[in-house]
Amino acid sequence: MNYEVVIGLEIHLELQTISKLFCGCSTAFDREPNTNCCPVCLGLPGSLPVFNKRAIELAVIAALALNSEVQRGSRFDRKNYFYPDLPKAYQVSQYDRPLARGGYLEFEADSGVRRVGLERVHLEEEAGKLQHAGNSIYQAEYSLVDYNRAGIPLLEIVTAPQIHSGREARAFLENLRLTMLYAGVSDCKMEEGSLRCDANISLRPPGSDRFGTKAEVKNMNSFRSVEMALDYEVGRQAKLLDAGSIVVQETCHWDEVNKRTISLRDKEESSDYRYFPEPDLMPLQLNNSFIEKLAEKMPELPRQRLQRLLEQYGLDKEAAVLLTANPGLSNLFEETAGIYGRYKDLANWIQGDLLYQLREQGKEPVEINPNQLAELLKLLDEGVINRPVAKELLSEMVQRGLSPKKLVEDRGLTMISGPQKLVPLVEQVIADNPEAVESYQKGKKKVIGFLLGKVMDLTGGRADPGEINRILKDKLKD
Amino acid sequence: MGIDFNREVDRVARLARLSLDPDEKKHMADQLSDILETARRIQELDTSGIEPTSHVINIPVAMREDEVKPSLPLSKVLQNAPRRENDYVKVPRVTPPASNEEGK
Amino acid sequence: MELFEYSAYELSKMLQRKKTSSEELVRSYLKRIELINPRVNAYITATPALALDTAQSVDNKRIRGEELHPLAGIPVAVKDNISTAGIKTTCASRILEHYIPPYDATVVKALNRAGMPVLGKTNLDEFAMGSSTENSAFFPTRNPWDLEKVPGGSSGGSAAAVASGMAPLALGSDTGGSIRQPAALCGVTGLRPTYGRVSRYGLVAFASSLDQVGTLALSARDTALLLNLVAGPDPHDSTSLPDRDRDYIDNLTAGVENLRVGVIKQNVADSFDREVTAAVLKAASLLESNGARVEEVSLPMIDYGLSAYYLIAPSEASSNLGRYDGVRYGYFAPGKDISEMFCRTRGEGFGPEVKRRIMIGTYALSAGYYDAYYLQAMKVRTMIRREYEEVFKRYDILIGAASPTPAFKLGEKTSDPLQMYLSDVCNITDSLAGVPSLAIPGGFHSSGLPMGLQLTAAPQSERLLLQVACFFEQHPETKPRRPELDFIESPPEEGGM
Repeated sequence: MNYEVVIGLEIHLELQTISKLFCGCSTAFDREPNTNCCPVCLGLPGSLPVFNKRAIELAVIAALALNSEVQRGSRFDRKNYFYPDLPKAYQVSQYDRPLARGGYLEFEADSGVRRVGLERVHLEEEAGKLQHAGNSIYQAEYSLVDYNRAGIPLLEIVTAPQIHSGREARAFLENLRLTMLYAGVSDCKMEEGSLRCDANISLRPPGSDRFGTKAEVKNMNSFRSVEMALDYEVGRQAKLLDAGSIVVQETCHWDEVNKRTISLRDKEESSDYRYFPEPDLMPLQLNNSFIEKLAEKMPELPRQRLQRLLEQYGLDKEAAVLLTANPGLSNLFEETAGIYGRYKDLANWIQGDLLYQLREQGKEPVEINPNQLAELLKLLDEGVINRPVAKELLSEMVQRGLSPKKLVEDRGLTMISGPQKLVPLVEQVIADNPEAVESYQKGKKKVIGFLLGKVMDLTGGRADPGEINRILKDKLKD
Repeated sequence: MGIDFNREVDRVARLARLSLDPDEKKHMADQLSDILETARRIQELDTSGIEPTSHVINIPVAMREDEVKPSLPLSKVLQNAPRRENDYVKVPRVTPPASNEEGK
Repeated sequence: MELFEYSAYELSKMLQRKKTSSEELVRSYLKRIELINPRVNAYITATPALALDTAQSVDNKRIRGEELHPLAGIPVAVKDNISTAGIKTTCASRILEHYIPPYDATVVKALNRAGMPVLGKTNLDEFAMGSSTENSAFFPTRNPWDLEKVPGGSSGGSAAAVASGMAPLALGSDTGGSIRQPAALCGVTGLRPTYGRVSRYGLVAFASSLDQVGTLALSARDTALLLNLVAGPDPHDSTSLPDRDRDYIDNLTAGVENLRVGVIKQNVADSFDREVTAAVLKAASLLESNGARVEEVSLPMIDYGLSAYYLIAPSEASSNLGRYDGVRYGYFAPGKDISEMFCRTRGEGFGPEVKRRIMIGTYALSAGYYDAYYLQAMKVRTMIRREYEEVFKRYDILIGAASPTPAFKLGEKTSDPLQMYLSDVCNITDSLAGVPSLAIPGGFHSSGLPMGLQLTAAPQSERLLLQVACFFEQHPETKPRRPELDFIESPPEEGGM
């Protein structure tokens, strides 16, 4: 049977502050365990929280970027539960008065522009990290706790149940990530856990206005696994329903190795978090000017950037989408475009050879000097160097940040061109290779490639092969 | 209110992660029932239209700048931890030992 | 006169005039502690070496002519639920028996900055939950006026220490009467400041929206001195009041003329000890004969205070005490998995009263009960605040009993939690309203035990409270007195130090 798939996502983002939400401990990733800890984030008896202003600002920026309505008054609550990574046995979060309500994200999908609605955006604190001794959480005899992460500001974004496939969930997430990257809110690294996603998924007969029983899927650690896990769940639930069976409301883990979901079959009582207003923090009152100031400074968002790349630079859609998807690349494009006017050529170089070099050498676009890139392309345009040399110089430029112009000068890479320089070389090759010349003249036209190569060798690769080809053909007619 | 406090004690003790011995449970059921009986007095008050007070003071929310301050030295972080391994705090397994079931 | 018999104010003058040294003072108090504490058990931990260190350093500064705080060199005792770096902070709980904090509470930092030698950490009801200091996991503190009686609680250790001359000043904490009720039972002056007036950073949380650090002292002037030091905004406490009050001392002798005084009908109730009620009425007429305008005033919401309090405070406590789980600090009991470890650690580590309150609070917050219990209690709290706001439009100060009875016998109320809860009935509503409230000596009961008066004023009116307290101190019947410790001749029995 056919079902309508209904998916809602709950996304957690670590905000890009340098200190934690309630204390001055560093948020740096990859520190020695338990070295970014203080009485506050360890929940030592008597310690109290104080808001990090930047975290509030970033949360508001994120909400604005998602068209979510920032509430003038919101409140923090305690979510009480016991777990060894939760130092106070409660998480400071927001329950019935979140930072922002509603909103949506629009993005390019297969079917055109897609809009997914949001329920809410709120701010909370991150928990510590558990390491399980053994292969899995089930087999581990004990676990080790690192509280470095505890207290990092965390943004929770909850979508409306408006997503209808694993593929769409993935597209939404990728675009959410991009929007948050553009807004400068989070580094959104799924592999480091600074972006995480849980999903609620249920099936219902097409046209039905009631939701089916949902399952919650957790532990999806990449965009790919979100898509796979949700597709798997669709299949699992459809099979159950087809067989006349029912879906049990439960939480499951995505098992990345075996590519399936595993029920957590929590033997614990269903969670009762006993939320109540956090007495240690005053309610958050945000006035219009606080919000407006942040709105004014809102960085350009992906949809605006895409539009501008199309209109301002006349790029084709494919190039514009690709550049938009990589904010570093599109920043480099725009900076270089300020000094180099052939936008389409520039875009081609950036998404082609440059991107390849960056990946090869593990570099970021921000490490590239736009002046050097423009310099390189101008050298090519002016015929000072040829394409193969340009590619070679690009590699060195990426690797060592050397100026192409200086490289050309130092190494004498200027192009050899003009009949004056090339005709003697062509004549020499013809004289040195009588057999090849003979077979060419007998009709084996392909031999010209061999001869061309010989001439190129004599120029040290610095000539335009087209020009040599013309001269060669001319001379061989004789 | 017809609440079975013996059962409630089990539920609430579980939520609060408190092991109580049978004697304590018996006592607790009686006392909980008594105390809540007294507490229920407030239910006779008409509070419609009244906002709850979660803070008795009305001051602007305090905020600090996003600046890194020194953390505690590792030795102080761990000094009170009952069980440690290397530079971590050690805890028993987080899932019940019997629940080794996999898949569905 | 021996050194311990002077007030902190007098000692401060003596130090400034170099009539004595801080070291001499500390040694005198340490001797006193050695003599008396084995019988009274006011201290859980004594810190003689540290106190002497601080004293000597202050003395050296004084010799060098450095500018010093008026309280520099004056010893002080600190309730053992206030965090002291490097010194055990047990909250009188088995679960924190060996816990050594790596940081100082903001108020302790203030004591250290001023150069006040800390004599030790005083006993309390476990996590400040109780009214007799019998809920201490280690030993009960006894009332120096009568060793068979309780000192009140939860700041019973601090109150008993000040009353018996084992410290001139002490810090306590008050959630629902924990400073005022023991002050009344021990015959000393105990101030619960306006909520937010003194930083809570480092005060181990019981019920965060109610907890306040306050003072125990012999007189209004001593109280003002210590309050001057510990009051003020704290960037580490988001609920601390952002402004600073004026000096608490300069107004002390302004008298009571033309003050509008309300005698709280509910706090001179028929159910109270008759002599206590009579003492309150006598105090009221003393005010009247000195130019105050005195009327009886009814605050009907007081009748609901206890019920609201015993939902709000345990609810917050159930959350605040979740962190004692055997992972990062404190008592730990092994378990086959984390859940068993949590349950056993907490089951074995907490005492009965703490468990009781965690259970009540967890229940009141749990799904299906929140609206009827916790939410309703918070709405009642709003009604209480409104009633206070109204009454303070008509009165400058309210007066009533600080405790319905003088000190009761050890063991008298331990088996009946509700009876114990009722001993805070005079104090609780002020806590819910967040207003400053002061317990002062109000004369003596025929049993020889002290009785306490409670003065209440609008938020941030500590100066007014102390002014009225100072007035009462000038009158023979309400003058602070020290107990005659007839037990110190006999050799001390086994103690708890």
